[in-house]
Amino acid sequence: MSPLLALILLPIAGAVFGLAGFPARKAAITAAALNLVACVALLASYQFDQGGFQFLSSCPALPSLGISFTLGADGLSLGMLLLSTVVTLAAVCVARAPQNNVHWFYASLLFISAGAIGAFASVDAFFFYMFHELALIPTFLLIGIWGSGDRQAAAWKITVYLAFGSFVLLIGLIGLYLSMPVGARSFDMRAIAEHAQMGTLFAHDTVHSFSIFGFEYLSITHAQVVYLLLFLGFGVLVSLFPFHTWAPQAYASAPAPAAMLHAGVLKKFGLYGIIRLVTPIFPPHIASPFNTLLLVLLLGNILYVGLVTISQRKLDLMLGYSSVMHMGYIFLGLVAWNQIGLNGAAFMLIAHGLSIAALFALSGELRERTGTLDFGELGGLAKVVPTFGLLFGFAAMASIGLPGFANFAGELMVFFGAFSAGVPSRDSFFNNFQIATVIAVWGVVISAVYMLRAYRRIFMGPLVDRWKSLAEIAPLPKLCVAGLILLLLVVGFCPQLLLNLISPALIRP
Amino acid sequence: MNAATVPWIILFTPLIAAVVILFFGKYSKPFSAGVAIGAALICGFLSWWLFGQPDATVANSFSWLSLPGGFTIPIGVTVDHLSKVMLVVVNTIAPIVFIYSLGYMAHEEGYWRYFAGLSLFLFSMLGIVLADNFLMMFIFWELVGVSSYILIGHYYSKDSAADASKQAFLVNRIGDFGFMLGILTFWGLTGSVVFSEIFQKIPALETHGLYLAIACVLIFCGTVGKSAQLPLHVWLPNSMEGPTPVSSLLHAATMVAAGVYMLARFFPVLEHVPDARLVIAWVGGITCLAAGLMATQQNDIKRILAYSTISQLGYMVLGVGVAETWDVPMFHLFTHAFFKCLLFLCAGSVIVSMHHEQDIWKMGALKNKMPFTFLCTIAGTLALTGFGFGSFGFSGFYSKDLIILWALAKSPFLGWIAVLTAGLTAFYMFRLLIVVFLSIPRSEEAKKAHESPLIMVIPLILLALPAIGAGWPFIEHIFFKTTEPTDVPHIVHFALLAMFLGGAGLAWALYARAVKDPVFIPLFANRLYIDYLYTWIVKVFHDGLAWLAGWADRWIVDLFVAQIPSKLTWACGYVMRFLQIGNIQAYAFFFGAGVVGLIYLLIAR
Repeated sequence: MSPLLALILLPIAGAVFGLAGFPARKAAITAAALNLVACVALLASYQFDQGGFQFLSSCPALPSLGISFTLGADGLSLGMLLLSTVVTLAAVCVARAPQNNVHWFYASLLFISAGAIGAFASVDAFFFYMFHELALIPTFLLIGIWGSGDRQAAAWKITVYLAFGSFVLLIGLIGLYLSMPVGARSFDMRAIAEHAQMGTLFAHDTVHSFSIFGFEYLSITHAQVVYLLLFLGFGVLVSLFPFHTWAPQAYASAPAPAAMLHAGVLKKFGLYGIIRLVTPIFPPHIASPFNTLLLVLLLGNILYVGLVTISQRKLDLMLGYSSVMHMGYIFLGLVAWNQIGLNGAAFMLIAHGLSIAALFALSGELRERTGTLDFGELGGLAKVVPTFGLLFGFAAMASIGLPGFANFAGELMVFFGAFSAGVPSRDSFFNNFQIATVIAVWGVVISAVYMLRAYRRIFMGPLVDRWKSLAEIAPLPKLCVAGLILLLLVVGFCPQLLLNLISPALIRP
Repeated sequence: MNAATVPWIILFTPLIAAVVILFFGKYSKPFSAGVAIGAALICGFLSWWLFGQPDATVANSFSWLSLPGGFTIPIGVTVDHLSKVMLVVVNTIAPIVFIYSLGYMAHEEGYWRYFAGLSLFLFSMLGIVLADNFLMMFIFWELVGVSSYILIGHYYSKDSAADASKQAFLVNRIGDFGFMLGILTFWGLTGSVVFSEIFQKIPALETHGLYLAIACVLIFCGTVGKSAQLPLHVWLPNSMEGPTPVSSLLHAATMVAAGVYMLARFFPVLEHVPDARLVIAWVGGITCLAAGLMATQQNDIKRILAYSTISQLGYMVLGVGVAETWDVPMFHLFTHAFFKCLLFLCAGSVIVSMHHEQDIWKMGALKNKMPFTFLCTIAGTLALTGFGFGSFGFSGFYSKDLIILWALAKSPFLGWIAVLTAGLTAFYMFRLLIVVFLSIPRSEEAKKAHESPLIMVIPLILLALPAIGAGWPFIEHIFFKTTEPTDVPHIVHFALLAMFLGGAGLAWALYARAVKDPVFIPLFANRLYIDYLYTWIVKVFHDGLAWLAGWADRWIVDLFVAQIPSKLTWACGYVMRFLQIGNIQAYAFFFGAGVVGLIYLLIAR
């Protein structure tokens, strides 16, 4: 059996054990811990000098359509797998068993994990897509059943949005499939990239023209349509502006571990998909006409959503919006279409996953204790729960990209990548990429504003009487959050550790 | 020990101390203090050792982040004369302030947090000093920002301290925004972030004069934030909410001077960009005058000193703008570090004996009760006001006058602004000295005040010595190679003496017997209304914009992207439902109509 298949099956086994009547929490934690160990073992046995996809295993699923169940991992997927297993372990440890259906609760968490791992370990685009879809179902259930606040509306919204995004994505995938020569069509990502290199992808590119009254208002090639469908489809899944309103509401309603798993891991599917599937196959001349459009959208994420984040009055909504905002940076790295930006984006995927998981874990713990996350009702908590305050401070600083944390290295690469994108001439300063970079760097100020404001309101100032006997964070969540922060610090101090893993997988022709 | 490894030891010792204190400090007060002071003393000893080494530039670096394709960010240290001088300044003052903190913080809570913050600060500051490239400097630049945030917010339960720490961090981040863009622009121009490589390429870029000037001004934004120049000065006076030793070390002697140090490090580029230096000189000149004016009407002992710091930093920045070498502003940074640190520690000594009263109008006649503090304050005041004539004076006399001379030589207008500010300096400092130490006691605490414990007095004396003598030529020549401009009218020296006497005399005339402030100038007392203006701008524009965005997100974006499509879908379903009437004839009719329509489309067209 392929080791990657084991990685997918372990959480499922944990879920099955839990459903079969074993103590659900223990089964879940055991499965998640074993999975992390397995993932580290996998990382240790990866042959770095060889590179490329390893641990390959394949069995044909629908040969007539060129679909086969192929698993494999290169450096980038290993990084994502590591992120998934780490966040899964933290999530199930932090999770508070709900009143009802405890077994299904933990099983849902483990199914999300299994789906995400399956997506990141898939080499076949069809299964890559399918695993993500499978992981979304337990996400909806977790929000709808065990959520808080207006949970059903939130669950509906995320369902409809993500289904729409997936649908657009699916059309894009089919379009991609059809642009390969008949007989050589395949969903295997390696084969698609090979087609792109050989020039057999979009070999007979057709121009679609749309005209009214003889006036041609839009002329777009087939390849460009596919590019847009893929980018926007993936984009909706990652809350690209203006398709972002589902995210904050869903994260605010979701139970903390579900928010951790979705914002930290599963949402990264879209960005990972762009890196994996879109960037290797579209030459700049296809992509570049849409640069301005995409820059405007991602600046919407950074600037506009950043401002929306400032205006939030509740911690959970604020964190949800902040995670939407940070997606803008990753998009910026991707749209920059160069080595530095791509590496920065991939780096930020992992850094942001860890930091947002830590923040959602803490906000969930806080809500368990206080029953409210409203800034107006909290205040001065550092006095009674200093460890809580310290950990939140670390996580907040990580998320606003303080040097020393991994997020900084990622943002730095994104900025350098974006600044050097576009026309590489020294005389044409301030092309639209550089203007976008300037605005994006201002985003760093915006994120400092909302994070410090939240910290100020929750942990600083005079202690509100109501919280005089608030309990300090429990040992297990403390350990989990501290572990996430430690990882962020290690990667932040030595970014090369992570880059050595992911950057060979990001070399584009 | 060799000159290649020592800088790394100096850099990382305080970080190790900070981490140790973070994990184990809460169990023992003496332990956390001991670790921090021990680390600072090691740094101090090694810095002086390094200073004694021959003056060869030592650089060694390793790659911190590198990508295939040639993008590399190194982490490396440069040990040249400039960084050695700065190391000596930082690592001489830091242990003194750390030891003073033992006395000052003895009865405060959050002891370990305080010393961990101080050690983290020292690490970050040394990183700025030793950095051999822009990005490493930026990294540590942000880290001093966060250590300053931690230390200003030490009394986080107080609203004012909590707000001040947040403001300090945010205002600095605004400066860092420009700094980062400047780094990016330089990288775009030269393809490098390493100082030595940028310096090599600058002469070839003279044709890109405008871009170069923009890049330099953007980099200068970092200084404007960190060194509290106008218009980003507002955070420094508020940072006085932190414990006084912190104000002394971070917000007077070292951290705020990092901006000037950065400009000095960057001087080989600035030399080629006169336009940028003009901007720098004007910002410095305006800052030094404006802050001097604001200082004259403050009543909080630490705030007076804070505005004085801004004003002196303005002098240094002005020095960068006008002088021929970096030695001139760095010389003033050097002397200022000692005497301003001394003045703050004196203020701390007064504040402790007054039971944390900071209003100078509650003090008075402390000279006999606190003789050592009084004498040290006199030394600091005379140094700051640049007392001296001919060839003898206190340390500030040498360094500040040099900047004024250069300013006069390059831009007479700015030069006379600087001369005028010297008079203001004498006025507000003697106002402080007279009201606090002379005149009459104005409260019960002032009558019962007593000298501080020895652990606080000894650091004062240790700092008083360099405050008096650090500028003497034979000491100056060990550290700097300054030159005086040639064509400056001799009358300036008399003008400066007159300014000193005038300022001090006016202060004596006004305040010697005053019970409360006889002068009230709202414009200066309200700090030129700049703080109010910013509060208003933030409230109306940034918060307003944020509120608008929040509203739009809920009622416009969500409406168009989610609500309307969902309602439309629902409405379509609703309409279609009427077609499902369950009548076979009706279905047959629809079918027939469809067929007719299709035939029409296929044939008739």
